[in-house]
Amino acid sequence: MALVDIKNLQIDFPSRKSVLTAVDDVSLTLEKGDILGIVGESGAGKSTVGNALIGLLEPPGQMTQGEIYLDDERIDNLPDFQKQSIRGKRIGMIFQDPLTSLNPLQTIENQLVETIDLHLSLGESKAKQRAVELLNQVGIPDPEIRVKQYPHQFSGGMRQRVVVALALCAEPDLIIADEPTTALDVSIQAQILDLMRGLCKQQEVGMIIITHDMGVIADITDRVAVMYRGRLVEHGPTDKILGNPDHPYTQSLISAVPRPDVKLIRFPQVTYIEDIAGKNTEIDISQHWLGSAREYQPVDGPLVEIKNINMRFTTKPAFLKKNRIFLDAVNNVSLEIHEGEVFGLVGESGSGKSTVARIICGLYAPASGAIRFAGTELTSLKKQKDLDPFRRQMQMIFQDPYSSLNPRMRVLDIVAEPIIFHQLAASKSEVETIVKDLLEHVGLGAQSAIRYPHEFSGGQRQRISIARALATRPRFLICDEPTSALDVSIQAQILNLLKDLQEELGLTMLFISHDLPVIRQMCDRVGVMKDGFLCELKDTEVLFEKPEHKYTKHLLELMPRLEGLSLEGLEMES
Amino acid sequence: MGEHRQADLSVHLNRLLDSDLWFSFTRSPVIVISAVVTLIFFFVTIFAPIVAPHDPFDLASIDLLDASLPPVWMEDGDIRFLLGTDDQGRDILSTIIYGSRISLFVGFASVIFSLILGVALGLISGYVGGRLDAFIMRVADVQLSFPAILIALLVDGLARTLLPREHHDEVALYVLVFAIGISGWVQYARTVRGQTLVEKGKEYVQAARVIGIRRWTILLRHILPNVMGPVLVIATIHLAIAIITEATLSFLGVGVPPTTPSLGTLIRIGNDFLFSGEWWITIFPGTALVLLVLAVNLLGDWLRDALNPKLR
Repeated sequence: MALVDIKNLQIDFPSRKSVLTAVDDVSLTLEKGDILGIVGESGAGKSTVGNALIGLLEPPGQMTQGEIYLDDERIDNLPDFQKQSIRGKRIGMIFQDPLTSLNPLQTIENQLVETIDLHLSLGESKAKQRAVELLNQVGIPDPEIRVKQYPHQFSGGMRQRVVVALALCAEPDLIIADEPTTALDVSIQAQILDLMRGLCKQQEVGMIIITHDMGVIADITDRVAVMYRGRLVEHGPTDKILGNPDHPYTQSLISAVPRPDVKLIRFPQVTYIEDIAGKNTEIDISQHWLGSAREYQPVDGPLVEIKNINMRFTTKPAFLKKNRIFLDAVNNVSLEIHEGEVFGLVGESGSGKSTVARIICGLYAPASGAIRFAGTELTSLKKQKDLDPFRRQMQMIFQDPYSSLNPRMRVLDIVAEPIIFHQLAASKSEVETIVKDLLEHVGLGAQSAIRYPHEFSGGQRQRISIARALATRPRFLICDEPTSALDVSIQAQILNLLKDLQEELGLTMLFISHDLPVIRQMCDRVGVMKDGFLCELKDTEVLFEKPEHKYTKHLLELMPRLEGLSLEGLEMES
Repeated sequence: MGEHRQADLSVHLNRLLDSDLWFSFTRSPVIVISAVVTLIFFFVTIFAPIVAPHDPFDLASIDLLDASLPPVWMEDGDIRFLLGTDDQGRDILSTIIYGSRISLFVGFASVIFSLILGVALGLISGYVGGRLDAFIMRVADVQLSFPAILIALLVDGLARTLLPREHHDEVALYVLVFAIGISGWVQYARTVRGQTLVEKGKEYVQAARVIGIRRWTILLRHILPNVMGPVLVIATIHLAIAIITEATLSFLGVGVPPTTPSLGTLIRIGNDFLFSGEWWITIFPGTALVLLVLAVNLLGDWLRDALNPKLR
């Protein structure tokens, strides 16, 4: 007898013009004490399945077909008040963001006791006792003291532990966790996953984990279901699906996951995702516009050199200097980037890696230190006009494809802006030709020029960003987390594109990421940053094989191993 | 080129007809009626010399014998004067049409004036920040502690004392526009400042800075178009407020001169005759004012809701 049995589930979202089928004919079962992972990319319908299970479909979504059974009792057609008594009591939920899933005005005790009282009716003193036990169970030290505190007194990881306790407190039969660790840093992610798996096995609770992260799936689940555009394409034991997938979508999804252990020449061409318009034709740099009139003098020594850079932000402004509070974002960082190499910067959130990039390209002025580009000291140039030629040679690709393009401008105008500003083309029609050519080259097709950014997906927008950055014919490209907002298969495409362009155009790149496997695939040399300091700087392979600094070792240990993943179709570097 | 532009236009038209805004517009009969009422007002006032049955300011056509005639459906009504005449024999319908013209002109002109002032100050305040921002915002705070009508009265009074009497009637209209406009910029400035702070942090602005684009170009080319959405909503609602303010000032006798009466002036003139039985002199201009302001207000409210995804 299965704990959860979903039969032929179909969920529709009717809109003004058509009906979107978000979940199409999905059947799943889950046994007691089992952990099932539902994996898929954005828009696959995986969260919708979870929401339907607890009866929290957001309107206008509705179940149009199928049946859901919990312990052989049909729950999808129950009236609302009965569904309410199932939520929390028999099904617990863990949401993505621990910041918003706890009430900031209530103590942890109040929130736990409220739920316990509602579902178990134990009486207040016993409920309080249970709250303390629960906190102990989820590994919070000094539970008697901590239970009286408010959510803001807990760190992100501790808060997510409280959320787990909250989901457990009514002794549910089933827990649904929707991206439980996505908002957490890697080191905390590992702890939370361990905790969830332990509790699940120990208390015979069934668990459904919804995630886009193959690392989470490999770490914790017994069985996995792969969803693609609302359909269930494959499901079975985790080892089998990850190690030897049958369905071509699963295969291409797994092949797109960046590996921590091997370096690929390039990612395999992923099928099954959005079509790329226009063939990515090789260009001959000596003939092509992108190569013409680059007029860059070769440099002796490094192309970019920064020396003892310091940067502080005012976190509390005040009229008097002594009342101001500062945050030292970058402390005495020095590094050199040579022509033609890809230099990586890696670190956790808040480590100062993006600040370094923004200092180099002139968005921030450093408090002290020097920046040299192609032998010229940039910090000594005061006039905008003197900086312009260097701005042309340095471009940046940003993290968030949804805010890095002006929504009121056509793609044509967005990409043309740098060309017109730096007067790189003689006439309007020439600008248009160049833009269309660039769009073609980044895999978007010339016809996209007259459209607006909102008509494109995240990956396509990132391609527009790349086209804009290339439009000045730069020699140095800064990529600030260029793929962290993208799905894994799109990420593989974008990384391929960046790699190709880097080789074709002989670009020098500064590549910033928090994702170690991605860094390994992309970079020649890597710097590791923590709290504004540069801890270690080495060739990529040396760093990954023989890390020296304590923090680097720590980071590498936490990196998901992904050992069971299929290696089929990968071209590895020897 | 011409063909190109036409294709562009049809693309834009299709985009409009396909948009959620148009959809929500067609779904609400109240809004459609409001839009029709507003459009009728616009049309009638723009073409007033053609549409109005009489020219109430042409002294030659006024006959005192026609004074104080009731509307056409009452006893003694005259077919020439649909809504009756006032104490000087002027056709009420025509004075309403010409009066609305003045009201709408003052409304639009003062909205445009405070919009330009407010948006400019808001953009500068939000983008430059620091002491300039603090200064502009404190001025705004101080101004907000006085009612708008008081500021308008103050400006009007100042203009009266400073300007020579013989020129006063000529410039009265523009003084009024300035008075109402200067009392309304704060709301634009605050909204635009907040929106600018949001947009300024977005990556497309940083991308423009990396290219090397100068800050004023960024402000006008990138930020301004992205902060205009809420501004249009405020402007619509402000139009209704400006018309009411003008009517109030004119009713108090500090607005436009009686030789070129607006709706407010008409209501004030008619007010004197209300108790002597000639109610139509004041009731009809009053009704016209209520209709116009209500329609514009409803449109503004709808626009605010339709453009705000959170309220949908």
